[in-house]
Amino acid sequence: MLYLTRKAEFSAAHYYNNPEFSLEENQRIFGKCNNPHGHGHNYTLEVTVKGQVDACSGFVVDLKQLKDIMNREVIDALDHRFLNHEVPEFKHAIPTTENLAIAIWDRLNTKLRTAELHRIRVYETPDLFVDYYGEA
Amino acid sequence: MKAYLTRRYRFSASHRLHSDSMSAEENQVVYGKCNNPYGHGHNYFLEVTVAGQVDSHTGMVCNLADLDTFVNEKIVERFGLSNLNTLPEFQGVVPTTENLCRELYRTLEEGFHFADVEKVRVEETMLNSFEYAGGKEIRK
Repeated sequence: MLYLTRKAEFSAAHYYNNPEFSLEENQRIFGKCNNPHGHGHNYTLEVTVKGQVDACSGFVVDLKQLKDIMNREVIDALDHRFLNHEVPEFKHAIPTTENLAIAIWDRLNTKLRTAELHRIRVYETPDLFVDYYGEA
Repeated sequence: MKAYLTRRYRFSASHRLHSDSMSAEENQVVYGKCNNPYGHGHNYFLEVTVAGQVDSHTGMVCNLADLDTFVNEKIVERFGLSNLNTLPEFQGVVPTTENLCRELYRTLEEGFHFADVEKVRVEETMLNSFEYAGGKEIRK
């Protein structure tokens, strides 16, 4: 088994708010992240796939295909967007880094053919990242 | 759905590697410059990884503010700008980064209860890093 990781970057805005909570609860739980006009991050995405090395091509996965899928399914949808308002997954779910990693996993998992998705890592800042392995 | 959240912190501290169970010569051979009697310092980077179900109300494994408060109070304030050899944790324990990892993991596992502590990773320099997960297999 061999693991291959491809990075990509996107920039987006978000804010954290749960309409089931009161104004005060939202403020207390989410702090500055609750500011309704939002704030932004330069996110770094790492997509790790795993598989056997193909005897003919020497590839785990065709990197061009992987890059195209990542661009189409993730970067085009998220880059320079306000996640709460423009990305369907976050109409109801709060666009935390945790939920972002899960959404990206779901977007890519069904589209990858030759290799198996192993891990989605999303850096919100260089000091904060989330890993998701598709676990229930 | 289970996710793993990692947060990076930094602190600076001094230490000297010296074991009372070895002779002065043996300590020199084993630890080299790290055995110099007055110690030396590092800018450490600590990565704390916690794991858990993503809460459906908050979208979080745990509230980052709780993790920051705990790590800043119990680790950064305690170990930062200290001489590790003078702390009770390192009496009779050589303050290698291996032992520092074990101590940091123990501190988190005993005191932080908002999520499961998965592992700690400590960079002593840009060239050396150490990971400890309390005996669990480290997940890549």
